[in-house]
Amino acid sequence: MDELKDKAWRNDAAAKVTGRARFTDDLKLPGLLHAVPVYSDFVHAKLLAVDTAAAAKSRGVVRVITARDVPGSNRGGQILKDLHVLADDKIRYNGDVVALVVAETRAQAIAAARRVRVRAEPLPELLDPEAALATGAALVHEEHGTNLIHRHVIRRGDTARGFAESAHIVEQEFRTPFVEHAYLEPEAALCRVRDDGVVEVRGSMQHPYSTRRFVAEFLGLPLARVEIVGTPMGGGFGGKDDTAALVCARTALAALLAGRPVKMTYEREWSMRESYKRHPYRLRYRMGIGADGLIRAVHCRIVADGGAYCSTSPWVTWRSTVQCCGPYVVPHVDGEVLSVYTNHVFTGAMRGFGSPQVNFAVEQLVEMAAEKVGLSGVEFRRRNMVRQGSTTVTGQVLEGHVVSLSEVFERVLAESGYEAKLRRSSRGRGEDDYYGIGLAMSYRGVSLGAEGTDFCAAVVSVQFDGSVLLETGVHENGQGAESAMILILAEELGVDRGRIVYRRSSTSSVPDSGTTVASRATIMGGGAVSRAAAAVRLQMAGAVAADLGCRPEEIRFAGGRLAAPNGRDIDFTEAARRLYRDQKYPYALGVFPAPRVDWDESCGQGKAYFTWVYGCQAVELSVGRRTGRIRLLNAWAAHDVGRAVNRAMLLGQFYGGMAMGAGYGLFEEVAMTGGRLRSLNYDTYRIPRSTDMPEMTAIVLENRDPLSPSGAKSIGEPANELMAPAIANAYYHATGQRRCELPIGRVK
Amino acid sequence: MKTAAPPTLVVNGRSVRITAGDRSKNLLMFLREDLDLTGAKRGCGIGVCGACTVLADNRPLRACHTLVADVLDRRLTTIEGLAAPDGGLHPLQQAFIDYGAIQCGYCTPGMVLTAHAFLLKHPEPTREEARRAIGSNLCRCTGYQQIIDAVMAAAPDYRK
Repeated sequence: MDELKDKAWRNDAAAKVTGRARFTDDLKLPGLLHAVPVYSDFVHAKLLAVDTAAAAKSRGVVRVITARDVPGSNRGGQILKDLHVLADDKIRYNGDVVALVVAETRAQAIAAARRVRVRAEPLPELLDPEAALATGAALVHEEHGTNLIHRHVIRRGDTARGFAESAHIVEQEFRTPFVEHAYLEPEAALCRVRDDGVVEVRGSMQHPYSTRRFVAEFLGLPLARVEIVGTPMGGGFGGKDDTAALVCARTALAALLAGRPVKMTYEREWSMRESYKRHPYRLRYRMGIGADGLIRAVHCRIVADGGAYCSTSPWVTWRSTVQCCGPYVVPHVDGEVLSVYTNHVFTGAMRGFGSPQVNFAVEQLVEMAAEKVGLSGVEFRRRNMVRQGSTTVTGQVLEGHVVSLSEVFERVLAESGYEAKLRRSSRGRGEDDYYGIGLAMSYRGVSLGAEGTDFCAAVVSVQFDGSVLLETGVHENGQGAESAMILILAEELGVDRGRIVYRRSSTSSVPDSGTTVASRATIMGGGAVSRAAAAVRLQMAGAVAADLGCRPEEIRFAGGRLAAPNGRDIDFTEAARRLYRDQKYPYALGVFPAPRVDWDESCGQGKAYFTWVYGCQAVELSVGRRTGRIRLLNAWAAHDVGRAVNRAMLLGQFYGGMAMGAGYGLFEEVAMTGGRLRSLNYDTYRIPRSTDMPEMTAIVLENRDPLSPSGAKSIGEPANELMAPAIANAYYHATGQRRCELPIGRVK
Repeated sequence: MKTAAPPTLVVNGRSVRITAGDRSKNLLMFLREDLDLTGAKRGCGIGVCGACTVLADNRPLRACHTLVADVLDRRLTTIEGLAAPDGGLHPLQQAFIDYGAIQCGYCTPGMVLTAHAFLLKHPEPTREEARRAIGSNLCRCTGYQQIIDAVMAAAPDYRK
């Protein structure tokens, strides 16, 4: 609390704290109909018939929709078009939607949905990715020809030589579970067909542009005929990408066919059953270490359960590939990361995106290696961590930004009193409850990297009265993205933030700016805002430079004024007025394309990301000697964020990320039996409560990144990817037992 | 059978007439659909997450698990009723803003009301008591720390 020098600010806070903020399900329209999804009991089956007759005759039902009613393409997907928006040929997992029931009321739709009959012929269920890879295994997608979704490799140096040079070898297998995003607001969509023929969709989703593609392709419409309008969203964490787009697409179809506005709001049980999860990983590692304590070689094979659909699996596993050795210098690496189709619920983007799994493995592996070599984990990390100018395992030289891993690491050691507490850790000895401290660190490539096209747009429009409209292609996921954009613009134009109104963006007014994922909102959106602001500054300066007796580029924008070096200045509003008088608009589209990266997929080498962030977290815990109950006592996090744009929101990312990471470490796990989820609501899927969390200390480092126009980098995901391995290491220091399978607090 | 005046529900200080058909309605649905008070959210529908929290005689209640008939003789407060009639924010609401306790905002109405009920009874809480008080409400965004900051910061206003 003492860190809070200024009051926090966000543009949507007052609306949210008074209940005025209207989320999708809070919206109503005249003549509104309600749609609900229909599932089947099957896990993997050939679909024979969907009998909708009884449902269609039910009270209040307006329409029952199946795959046969789809006017456009029933295949969706950002990488492979393998998502069957409505099941047609097969049931591929228990959450496949076979029909939609549209009725006057939601209760009527739910009642009628129970009367839809599905006839299907069961097929062998593939519930283990390794078995799904075996020759002769049944196929989830016959046309794909194999259950292997994608295989990434990474080859550097010569591992045979590296292991030959090693004095010690550490080998270990790690496992991580399916995890649910558990955003508090279940999926919802509201759609109407406007009188101009445009299909307008509001929904709880974090990727308006991808949603637009899903909707347009599903309805067979051009992109310009679909408009996705930003709406307050109750949490996403990566989870409101594909699944949310599907809900929007189905709702749009219902509105189109019914000729009336339609809302579809998910029950928690539907959300958990249908929505994609974090990938479970099985990770096998072998590390060779020289007598000098330097890592010589790493071999790893990682298998991810992709579930029934591809979704973003190749991208998630790509990040795992690039970061497979953690933030350490390893001269010889041979690794592969596979994603595999099964009949489980599909898996995709979730905060961290392929890094929490590898961090859980690597950050324990290095401590196991240290112990074998006879070094402390601290000393081992110091010897092996990447530093300024180091070459990563993909051959990228870390330069052009401050490589601050050592800085974040040393800060956490100092502020937590790590080494003294480590000496006090029980290691399974003593009479009382066990006590231990542990830490983990990482580097993380910023934004999308070589994963995809990466650019973002912003529109700045200064009105003649000096007020300012701002729109960007980043989406407000709840993290405070809009507020960060406003603050960056206020600084760039030298005006009070109160002048700026963030216009909730629509896909029809800002060019496709990609998805608000990968912790890229501040760096990419902020970059676009900075570029747009620079253009507007030049326009405004050009209109007043002659009067001020200087060149346009000499004019400074500060304190709501435009000032020349000679001391003369002019009010911002007056400058805007003059521009309009001269028939010119102070208006600009700013575009920030990510700096170039390059990648050779055949060997997993290249400049994967244009810049990196560095973080370290530590946690202190006790373990009940008899109960085994883990209690977190204190936690610390240090992250280099480039620049803190909105301090309170930044701290919110620290704390929220640590809490989500603690849930991953301690108890989160989607329970399943035979491909059917048993965790369908918050009673059977536990996320951290306030009483599960300790007091957290946030340590903010700011090394402005020259490649980021605003200087800011990322925090959302870095904060989330370290707590689980830190807990695992603390658990080991407390009990003397290694836990190589998440969640650690699982009752065996 | 009593044939007294038709029952009413007092919501945010205003009387709402209740018809026979309303009595069996789910309170959350009634507030959201019939009264258009959409501040209370549906998060789980089983009374676990707390997003639907409203106050009945200043005690937290899970609206998703309550029938209208159960609260007929009680004073209900929803998030829409916490600010002053002129729109001025309640000090607790202001503290939530000032301490960065709001992210996506979906749990916020329930969280604010839970904290409000707690502070009315415990105006001098310790940080640990504040942490326990909001243990009934789930938040996936904040990690709770800034919510506890806000509760502690607003506490002095409840001692006046």
